[in-house]
This record gives sequence, C-alpha cells and structure tokens, in this order.
Amino acid sequence: MADHAVVADDEVDLSRRKFLTTATIATGAVGVAFAAVPFIESWNPSERARAEGEPVLLDLTKIEPGQMATPIWRKTPIYVVRRTRDMLARIAGHDSELKDPNSENSDQPPYAMNTQRSRTGEFLVLIGICTHLGCLPKQRFAAGELYPSWPGGFHCPCHGSRFDLAGRVFNGSPASTNLRVPRYSYPNPGTLLIGEDEKGVV
Amino acid sequence: MAVKIATGAPAPLPTGVVAEPAKKGFWVWLNKRLPVEEFITTQMTGYLAPKNFNVWYFFGSLALAVLVLQLLSGIYLTMFYKVGAATSFDSVEYIMREVDYGWLIRYLHSTGASAFFIVVYLHMYRALLYGSYRAPRELLWLIGMAVYLALMAEAFMGYVLPWGNMSFWGAQVIVNLFGTIPGIGPGLVEWIRGDYAIADATLDRFFAMHVALLPLALILLVVLHLAALHEVGSNNPDGIEIKEKVGRDGKPLDGIPFHPYYTVKDIFGVGVFAVLFAIVLFFVPTLGGLFLESPNFEPANPLSTPEHIAPVWYFTPYYAILRAVPDQRLGALLLLLSVAAFLFLPWLDRSPVKSMRYKGWMSRTALALFTVSFVVLGYLGLQPAIGVYVVLARIFTGIYFLYFLLMPFYTKLDPVKPVPERVIYHAH
Repeated sequence: MADHAVVADDEVDLSRRKFLTTATIATGAVGVAFAAVPFIESWNPSERARAEGEPVLLDLTKIEPGQMATPIWRKTPIYVVRRTRDMLARIAGHDSELKDPNSENSDQPPYAMNTQRSRTGEFLVLIGICTHLGCLPKQRFAAGELYPSWPGGFHCPCHGSRFDLAGRVFNGSPASTNLRVPRYSYPNPGTLLIGEDEKGVV
Repeated sequence: MAVKIATGAPAPLPTGVVAEPAKKGFWVWLNKRLPVEEFITTQMTGYLAPKNFNVWYFFGSLALAVLVLQLLSGIYLTMFYKVGAATSFDSVEYIMREVDYGWLIRYLHSTGASAFFIVVYLHMYRALLYGSYRAPRELLWLIGMAVYLALMAEAFMGYVLPWGNMSFWGAQVIVNLFGTIPGIGPGLVEWIRGDYAIADATLDRFFAMHVALLPLALILLVVLHLAALHEVGSNNPDGIEIKEKVGRDGKPLDGIPFHPYYTVKDIFGVGVFAVLFAIVLFFVPTLGGLFLESPNFEPANPLSTPEHIAPVWYFTPYYAILRAVPDQRLGALLLLLSVAAFLFLPWLDRSPVKSMRYKGWMSRTALALFTVSFVVLGYLGLQPAIGVYVVLARIFTGIYFLYFLLMPFYTKLDPVKPVPERVIYHAH
C-alpha cells in the first residue's frame, strides 16, 4: 500500500506552488549572476598588464627645440613636444576655429587645463591616440603644411581630425575632444615622469 | 507538423509521399530509438516549398554551404596557427609558405569569408525584393539578422588573428567605437582589450571568440533560423502564402517536396558557386586588396598607423556612414542604427502586398535608391575621408536612412497591383 496520501487536483495549493516556482527561478538567477562575475572580471587587464603599465621616465635634455619624442607608456605612444617660442605663438589666435578651446570637455589633469595644455609652456605631453577612433595623429608642425592658414599641429590620417600645437581639436574634425594629456610630473628639471604626479601613480 | 489525414476513397498519392516497401530490421530498430524517418518525412520529403522559386532562392543553401566550408577550413587553420602577439603573424606566413597546401586552406578561409558576405547580402536582398520579412516571418527575419550580426563579429575577430598592421589598427578603430558610449565607454574599452592598448590579451580572447563561442552561436542560430523557416514555410517571388490554397489532401496546391526537387536544385547551385569560387581562389585570392588588404602583409606595429585605414569591403558601407558624421558619438550611433534599421523592416513595411512584383513605383524607386546608396557607400568606405567623398557619403547616408524612415508612408501610398490567386509558374 502506498504510504502517501493521494491529493485530489482541487486540493493543490496553486498560489503556493507558483510562489515556490518564482522563488526558485529568482534564486537561480541570482546564483547565475554571481557565477558570471569571475568570468567577466577575467577580462580586466591582468596583474602583469597592470605592472607593465607603470610610470616611465624620459630624458628631456635629448629633445631638440621643435622636435618630438614618442616614449611608450602603457603600450601607447606618448607625444612629448619641445615647443619653440614660435610654436607657442602659433597656439594663439584661432580659438574661434576650435571645438573646445578651453579644454572644458576634454580629458586632462587640472594643471594642463590651460591654453598651452601643459605644466610648462615649453613641453607638451599628449597621449598620441586620436580621440576619434584611436589612430596615431601625425606631426604637421610647420605653418601652412596642410593648407595656407594651417598654424601647425597634428593631423590624423585615418579620418582627418586636426589638432593644434596644444592638441586642441579644430572644427570640422570627426574627433569631438582635444587630445588627452596623461598625468605627469618633473622629478627634476630635465626629466619627465609619465603616469605619476603629486597625486600618485595613475 | 505531421498531420495524418484520413481519406476514404483511394486518392492519388500526394506529391512527395512515395509508396514505400515494408521496412524491417535495422531501420525499424533505429527509428524506435531515434526519429530519423520522421525527421526526413516532415522536414525533407514532406516539407512543401513553393514551386515558383527563382535564382534568388539559391543563396540560403549557399550560405549554409559556405558555413560548412568555413568551419572545415577554420578547424584546419587552428592546427597550424599559433595565437599570440609574438607568434600569430609568423604562423600565418608559415601556413602560407611551409605547410603543404597551407596556402590553399588559408585562401579557402579568407575567400570564404568574403563569399559568405556576398551570399548573405544577396540572401537578405531577396527578402527585401519579395517581402520575406513580412508576417508571419518576422521572427525568421530577426533570427536571420542575429546570424548576420554574429557573422559580422566573427569576421571582424577573424580579421584580427593574422596580426598584420591592418588587423591591429582595424581592431583599434572598432574597439574604440565602444568608447563613445557615454559614461561606461572608456572602462568598457579597457575591459574588451584586457590591456591599456590592443595587445596580446586582446588577440588571445578574439581567438577564443572566433574559433569557439561565435561558431557555436552561429550554428545554433542557423538551426533556429531553419526551424522557424520550416514552421512558417518559405515565401516566394509572388509573396503569396501557399498554405492558403490547399488541395483535397490538405496540402498546398503550389507546394512541392523540398527533397528531391530543391535538394537537387540547391546542389546544382553549389556546383555553379564552386566554379566561381575556384576562379577567385586560384587566380585572384586577394581580389586586388578587396578580400585581403595589402597593409596586412606587414606585422602589427602599434607605432605606425597605415596611411589609409579601410575595413574589408563587406563593412565599408557602414564605415562610410561612420565617417560621414563630424562627431564621434553621433557617428557611432548612426553606424549602430544603420545596421539595426533592418530589424524594424517587418513593422515599417505597411504595403498590402509583399512582393516587389506587385508593389508600385514608390516602393520600387525606394529600393532602387537604397541599393545604389548601399553600393556607393561601400565604395566610399574604401576611399579616404576627404573632400567630395565626405559630401557624397553624407548625401547617400541620408538616402540610406530615408529608405527606412519613409517606408511606412510610401508603402501605404504606393499604387499596388492585384496579386494573383496562385503563384506564377511556368513548367520547364
């Protein structure tokens, strides 16, 4: 004989059954969400990638006036330009042609949020990646190099974005913001430390 | 699916059902354990397709054939390819120069990728011509679009694997598109790359996606696509539902069994396709830089952007739309919308008829303009984004979107022709 009682259909507590089903599904969903976390987190830059992204030093005395060095920081080229007086003069006078002349919508540390976009006027430090879609803008420093009124700056070959000698983007470029400035400092005059400033390591 | 209809008087056997001899032995044993025969009779010999298919109906089966080709050649490539920023480029050169017939396997795969998009685009165009996306085939269309999106992801990640310079910079541009998403963009880009730039970590995960996750997804989606197709039945060049005109046996009067009629037709189609494919494969595998771009024959160099970045031809219409906009966020949004617009077709088309055969001049003109804009944008996406090319890209981007935006209006106002009772069919 069967030990268990036979339950007629009309005696089944359907609301209780529905509650249990819903609760089971909800608990399962929460479990799946937690289980997904390690798989999602595994895609973050690894410890090794982070260690290799440490600050880098650059000897500024080896850059001639008017020239650019491209050290690598975080596998990314950094543009370090030693600007001449003439080049600094060519930053001024075209604010009306710029999308963000005062760098209000652009990415830079506070000490680079000025017209020259740098701590000291002479050295310009930029992340050498176009803010449009990530190509390397090419140096076109000579006045008139692209067209007669060109004040000198950078030109991205991929989609034609143009930036001035402070990395500020011109109107008509597909890029919407100025070239980014990384956090940097001068541990001593003549040496540049990219990726670290008074606030610590990036 | 298999509905048994009791008939009194001995009627002529309906098409597709062949009088079969009494079965015994292994076949009976097998079918008690696995419904092989049921599958064949419901999905092959008993699946009735419209009898008026034309040449446009080759491309679905061709897409399936190319999928098999890509899976086979892809599996063989993984036997010789060594993923990693230090090894990928060299191992592809090793395949091309030192593995016996390695060049053939690699060119089969790279030519197959372009062939895949050719047949898929023609397959989709067939749907635009004959209204195959209309009810009751909306879900069939959406699953097909999911196949197309998975294929785009598959092609993009596969293009990165040789780790040539165009692989690197193409990956840079495409991954940076995600950076335009407000708020989470920059963090998302870093998460996708697994490093502060496109690097070894990015290549490794793209490889995993390309050879495992996305092919599995593609196969699953194709199975769903076929299951949905066999549930609703195929559309046809007249856009008439053959299920609405059934004979005394309850079967569509204009339907013929998929097997043998269309299996034979499709095998013939694969034969013709194979000849054309072989001509490209053996004589012009790079198709002048269109199927394989020359900057990709030099190794990835994070310090040197190629003078001119263009994706492979099948992405260039969307790329032209992206570049037509002088704002990165809006450009990326339009790129997304230009692909997503296809998803809404079943609900944008308000025409009382399905097929272009019975639609009027408005729908025909709209489709013609859309076709021209897609081809012109495809050409512009290969050109540098300067001067007149940008102006043209903006004009044709406008036409591209107007095709979708105005569709509810012109399909409703369009003077349509009467649709016949039965499909138009001329026996051969």
